[in-house]
Amino acid sequence: MAAHLKKRVYEEFTKVVQQQQEEIAAKKLRLTKPSKSAALHIDLCKATSPADALQYLLQFARKPVEAESVEGVVRILLEHYYKENDASVRLKIASLLGLLSKTSGFSPDCIMDDAINILQNEKSHQVLAQLLDALLAIGTKLPENQAIQMRLVDVACKHLTDTSHGVRNKCLQLLGNLGSLEKSVTMDAEGLAPRDVQKIIGDYFSDQDPRVRTAAIKAMLQLHERGLKLHQAIYNQACKLLSDDYEQVRSAAVQLIWVVSQLYPESIVPIPSSNEEIRLVDDAFGKICHMVSDGSWVVRVQAAKLLGSMEQVSSHFLEQTLDKKLMSDLRRKRTAHERAKELYSSGEFSSGRKWGDDAPKEEIDTGAVNLIESGACGAFVHGLEDEMFEVRIAAVEALCMLAQSSPSFAEKCLDFLVDMFNDEIEEVRLQSIHTMRKISNNITLREDQLDTVLAVLEDSSRDIREALHELLCCTNVSTKEGIHLALVELLKNLAKYPTDRDSIWKCLKFLGSRHPTLVLPLVPELLSTHPFFDTAEPDMDDPAYIAVLVLIFNAAKTCPTMPALFSDHTFRHYAYLRDSLSHLVPALRLPGRKLVSSAVSPNIVPHEDPSQQFLQQSLERVYSLQHLDPQGTQELLEFTIRDLQRLGELQSELAGVADFSATYLQCQLLLIKALQEKLWNVAAPLYLKQSDLASAAAKQIMEETYKMEFMYSGVENKQVVIIHHMRLQAKALQLIVTARTTRGVDPLFGMCEKFLQEVDFFQRCFIADLPHLQDSFVDKLLDLMPRLMTSKPAEVVKILQTMLRQSTFLHLPLPEQIHKASATIIEPAGESDNPLRFTSGLVVALDVDATLEHVQDPQSTVKVQVLYPDGQAQMIHPKPADFRNPGPGRHRLITQVYLSHTAWTGLSHLARMGRKMCSWGSYPCLEPCQVEVRLLLAYNSSARIPKSPWIEGGEVSPQVETSIEGTIPFSKPVKVYIMPKPARR
Amino acid sequence: PGSRLTPTGAGQDVGRSCILVSVAGKNVMLDCGMHMGFNDDRRFPDFSYITQNGRLTDFLDCVIISHFHLDHCGALPYFSEMVGYDGPIYMTPPTQAICPILLEDYRKIAVDKKGEANFFTSQMIKDCMKKVVAVHLHQTVQVDDELEIKAYYAGHVLGAAMFQIKVGSESVVYTGDYNMTPDRHLGAAWIDRCRPNLLITESTYATTIRDSKRCRERDFLKKVHETVERGGKVLIPVFALGRAQELCILLETFWERMNLKAPIYFSTGLTEKANHYYKLFITWTNQKIRKTFVQRNMFEFKHIKAFDRAFADNPGPMVVFATPGMLHAGQSLQIFRKWAGNEKNMVIMPGYCVQGTVGHKILSGQRKLEMEGRQVLEVKMQVEYMSFSAHADAKGIMQLIGQAEPEHVLLVHGEAKKMEFLKQKIEQEFRVNCYMPANGETVTLPTSPSIPVGISLGLLKREMAQGMLPDAKRPRLLQGTLIMKDSNFRLVSSEQALKELGLAEHQLRFTCRVHLHDARKEQETVMRVYSHLKSILKDHCVQHLPDGSVTVESILIQAAAHSEDPGTKVLLVSWTYQDEELGSYLTSLLKKGLPQAPS
Repeated sequence: MAAHLKKRVYEEFTKVVQQQQEEIAAKKLRLTKPSKSAALHIDLCKATSPADALQYLLQFARKPVEAESVEGVVRILLEHYYKENDASVRLKIASLLGLLSKTSGFSPDCIMDDAINILQNEKSHQVLAQLLDALLAIGTKLPENQAIQMRLVDVACKHLTDTSHGVRNKCLQLLGNLGSLEKSVTMDAEGLAPRDVQKIIGDYFSDQDPRVRTAAIKAMLQLHERGLKLHQAIYNQACKLLSDDYEQVRSAAVQLIWVVSQLYPESIVPIPSSNEEIRLVDDAFGKICHMVSDGSWVVRVQAAKLLGSMEQVSSHFLEQTLDKKLMSDLRRKRTAHERAKELYSSGEFSSGRKWGDDAPKEEIDTGAVNLIESGACGAFVHGLEDEMFEVRIAAVEALCMLAQSSPSFAEKCLDFLVDMFNDEIEEVRLQSIHTMRKISNNITLREDQLDTVLAVLEDSSRDIREALHELLCCTNVSTKEGIHLALVELLKNLAKYPTDRDSIWKCLKFLGSRHPTLVLPLVPELLSTHPFFDTAEPDMDDPAYIAVLVLIFNAAKTCPTMPALFSDHTFRHYAYLRDSLSHLVPALRLPGRKLVSSAVSPNIVPHEDPSQQFLQQSLERVYSLQHLDPQGTQELLEFTIRDLQRLGELQSELAGVADFSATYLQCQLLLIKALQEKLWNVAAPLYLKQSDLASAAAKQIMEETYKMEFMYSGVENKQVVIIHHMRLQAKALQLIVTARTTRGVDPLFGMCEKFLQEVDFFQRCFIADLPHLQDSFVDKLLDLMPRLMTSKPAEVVKILQTMLRQSTFLHLPLPEQIHKASATIIEPAGESDNPLRFTSGLVVALDVDATLEHVQDPQSTVKVQVLYPDGQAQMIHPKPADFRNPGPGRHRLITQVYLSHTAWTGLSHLARMGRKMCSWGSYPCLEPCQVEVRLLLAYNSSARIPKSPWIEGGEVSPQVETSIEGTIPFSKPVKVYIMPKPARR
Repeated sequence: PGSRLTPTGAGQDVGRSCILVSVAGKNVMLDCGMHMGFNDDRRFPDFSYITQNGRLTDFLDCVIISHFHLDHCGALPYFSEMVGYDGPIYMTPPTQAICPILLEDYRKIAVDKKGEANFFTSQMIKDCMKKVVAVHLHQTVQVDDELEIKAYYAGHVLGAAMFQIKVGSESVVYTGDYNMTPDRHLGAAWIDRCRPNLLITESTYATTIRDSKRCRERDFLKKVHETVERGGKVLIPVFALGRAQELCILLETFWERMNLKAPIYFSTGLTEKANHYYKLFITWTNQKIRKTFVQRNMFEFKHIKAFDRAFADNPGPMVVFATPGMLHAGQSLQIFRKWAGNEKNMVIMPGYCVQGTVGHKILSGQRKLEMEGRQVLEVKMQVEYMSFSAHADAKGIMQLIGQAEPEHVLLVHGEAKKMEFLKQKIEQEFRVNCYMPANGETVTLPTSPSIPVGISLGLLKREMAQGMLPDAKRPRLLQGTLIMKDSNFRLVSSEQALKELGLAEHQLRFTCRVHLHDARKEQETVMRVYSHLKSILKDHCVQHLPDGSVTVESILIQAAAHSEDPGTKVLLVSWTYQDEELGSYLTSLLKKGLPQAPS
């Protein structure tokens, strides 16, 4: 088969479309084997009772049917259907019809007539419903065929009056899925009057069965999803359904109202029982808000979720959602939020509560109190206090979305969000912290709010604390007391949970750089300097002190007066920290000192364009000069690679692109070098050494191409082609080298065959991109393919060799966004001298904490590898729950790795460990040993390759090339001391 | 039929809940509580009112207890054992479990402490509890052939329930005490849209709209946390059941979250037994506790330990829950005396305090207290007030009414003045009648009983098949014959009725003449009538027959020239009585004349 395919490919590989068609035809021929339909027919004839027949059908349904035999099977089923008296068997047949018509590659229009026919005579409601379901499957399979759709809609309309809810349900579903989008005039001629699907469906909004009502609304929503513009008249109908007795109806109605409100936000609707009119979107908003206090939590969740996406609502209505008028004994009372605000503005913050502080004030006019709020009033107040956390989360999310679009609302909802920080469910707390972070641009925290926020820093959950640190990074604080408070609480946090160190430092870095003027007056206090006396020099290794310094130094960056307040040791500490924690401490303009390396500081990026230009130019230079003499090319490549690598180091934004291109050029360089070997043409066995170099190059190119393919995010298909092309060249090189170094022909046969298969595979995978590869290695190779197929290995090698030399250097188009995946292991830090002790043979858990940048789908690709000193390697797959996603492109891996080892004894270990061991004899070694922990990126080459349609069909046998799995280490290894102790007996 | 309702307690009052309801001839007593404020006969409801003479068991079909608070169940042993009632008593399983503990406690205080005679005994409590039948949430219990009751979740305290009492098509819902906002250990009250004839709801907070509970909780926690961090001691006087558990959960989770180490103590006593039941009845608690109990039962406190008298003198921070709640006696007062002198310490009053108690005094700001023995206690510790209440506020009550959609509402368990306000609001916003009877006052509710009529399936199906589109809003005309026989009603098709009665069918046809002023020819008039009808009656089939007549469905219209006045045409309209509706509509339409034809 494969050989057959190949030939065809080489004969006419330019006519892409035609070739595929032929494929299908070829398959059809092959599949006229003992057909399933015949077997089924026999089975069904054998069946004596309905139960038997049902059994056969069930068995039959377990296996898939090929597209070619579907029609035959359907005929047999139908034949049996007419004869069958038992409803359950007919039901199964009907369901099979639906299943079969979904078979890919089968066009079900031929069985539609039969299906409609049997529909006419069917009595059982269940079977009817199932048949309609089958029709739905047929209809969705043929979306272009207007006539069929019209006909099906007609059938559906006819059965809408059925007494069974199941049938009406299915009919409505059919209408929703197939109802014509535009009234097509052409259809009139055929006698099928275009129906107003919306009106028909709308009539069933008041069906007696709630399931049918739901189905009607769903059908309407389906129409909307398919692009049909719903009439505004539906709005009123849907509003009536909001007070339906059944929750699924209400839930669907809420959705429908939302849809209509998005379609006609600006139209005007009257308010019942008054002369006023309001915008439709406001009205809908009010109605959905009302549903937030519905009796069913499903509806509440639905309503709360939808509220978030109603951005056109007017601010007046929006702000009502947070409004709740309190009263006590008919007297107006202020909410705790209002009181807190008042206390704060009167300068009496944290005065403590007095008895009667919340005493009600003025009397309320009994007539004016409205206990059932119409419209939006207090919707979020209710939603956030709901019994079910699902509702609360939905409400928080909605709050977030609305606040992002309205700064004034953001300011108002702050109090409520802060309250949610104390929810009983951690998920809700986390969600509200994230929400707060997202809207932090629009808000400034009051001191009392900050106080509540900071109280959460003591939370025992690491996620919560870190989310809070992130929040503080981008919070605006209004007063210097606020900054001080934040610092004090963070230091408390640091003392309580020392593992939060990095996160806290980072947080203070941003806090400092955002509020330089607020930090300034605090500096003397924070550094505990005294105007007259020298104070003791603080301990440089104290994380708390470092935290304070990070805050101050970052504030000092934009506040030139600040360094004047530093004492001598502060400057010394600055120099030290600038070196050791350069990512946290910025370069400062210190009095009397030069600005340290300001030119290359990543913080001062003057313009982006020159470096971008530079990159482009150097790449263009390489690509344009490809025909120079090899020597020149090599040199140019070397220079360019060097340039690019340096550029990547300097410009973090361009690092991905630069590295990516540099790697590619490196591959090319290796290839050229390998081909430059002078002694290529001489008989092989003599020059093993040289070919060694070439084979090493081939190997390295392979590795690099895998890195290029899988370690960068944002690689597009056109790059993948080039990468694969490069890999193909490397494989050719390998083949040539092997051919030169091995004697005998037999192994070569296999290799040649394999290589040709790979070429074939390449050709099939990237058939669409082949035109871009003009003049390339592959291009030429494919031209000669028929010849290669028939030639002997030695010839093949020869051809390949010349082609490799002639092949041109392919231009690598740069992707828009490309980032190199990287990982840093934060913990274990690898600095500790204290070994991890455990009893040998038992397990010790090692906490691993790492940040991953630009890793796609880390849950499946990132692995942890542990290398034991005796050479054992262990691969650990972290749980999906161990990955967190703190920001776009960033992931955090917090997991536990279980280590275990027997006590090491004997000299074999010693040798490997390279340690000096004294006379232990056979006693267990008590010396701690190092294990290495590193992160690996696992890849599977089949993942990236675009699938051609007929590979999907499962017809093609799994290729050799399709799934090469491997791993790329992408973090620096960290060494951990462990010390297994012998078990006590 | 009709419902009668008489509160013998809790009518325009809080305490001693006891309401007599008679639904369609069935008599039910709702709750059987005692009054906290009285120590004489008035503390129990006047049961002699129920039957002047004769046994209670004969008169009452069942007794329903909504929850275990003494003002809802305190008089139960007295009622069943001393007055004498042998019928069933319904309550939820948690109530059934906890109720005797509280009754026993109540008995102890009354008999042992106050030395009352003629009070019910422990044995009576046991005997009384034997008559109890447990009702689970949403379980429908058939009390007898006609009377059925069903329980709904009410929040408030563990095991609190609302009850629906249903006799035939008439139903009454009694809410007991309920809470519409969830708290740390219980969920919110919920009822389906059962549309009862009468909803009896409590109205403790009829004139209050409460703030979010989150602020209260946060304040509470913050205060406790700050005091403990300072090294101070916190005293929280509580009543043993209900709020105490909520506060425990609150502190326990906070301790867990914040990794705090200071000890929390709970003064022992009946609490321990009650806590045991809280652990058991997990299904009655809120979502969080229900979801997490597989890992850990939240009522198995990690940080809260039993209190010992000696602990009060221990150095260092601690939090102590102690009974009773108003600091008027017992352990909480003892601890208060010990700690009051230190300004680092704090006392948090989580509820309302009756005038005259130490709790009330310190809350109103008194700093020097006279204790017995002429001692003067100077209070230096901080005094805080936190209100944690588990009743629905005005909004909550309205929300529940909205959920249940009753025909009538009746308010109990609240003060008259406040009820007045709520009554007015309910009537205004729901447009239903609202009552608020005083104790002993009887409210009679008229009901419009529905009479079931059987319809033959054939007729129904035929009618369903005729109408193409369902439209619930528009009344549909159905033709049939109503047969009343042996006090049941049947609606059958006329053919069947004729067959059953052995009668022959007669055709009845109406004809009517309509005079039209139209000078044109008959044919033209007919055409005009035709086009006119066609334009108006779009839903009907209007046909112009070749013989010069017009038919609308089965109605025939013919035109003839008037014999005397040629300018007038006479239209003959004829229809069968089945088409009466359409026929009369047509004639009235034609009588209005034809629209002026465009000339």
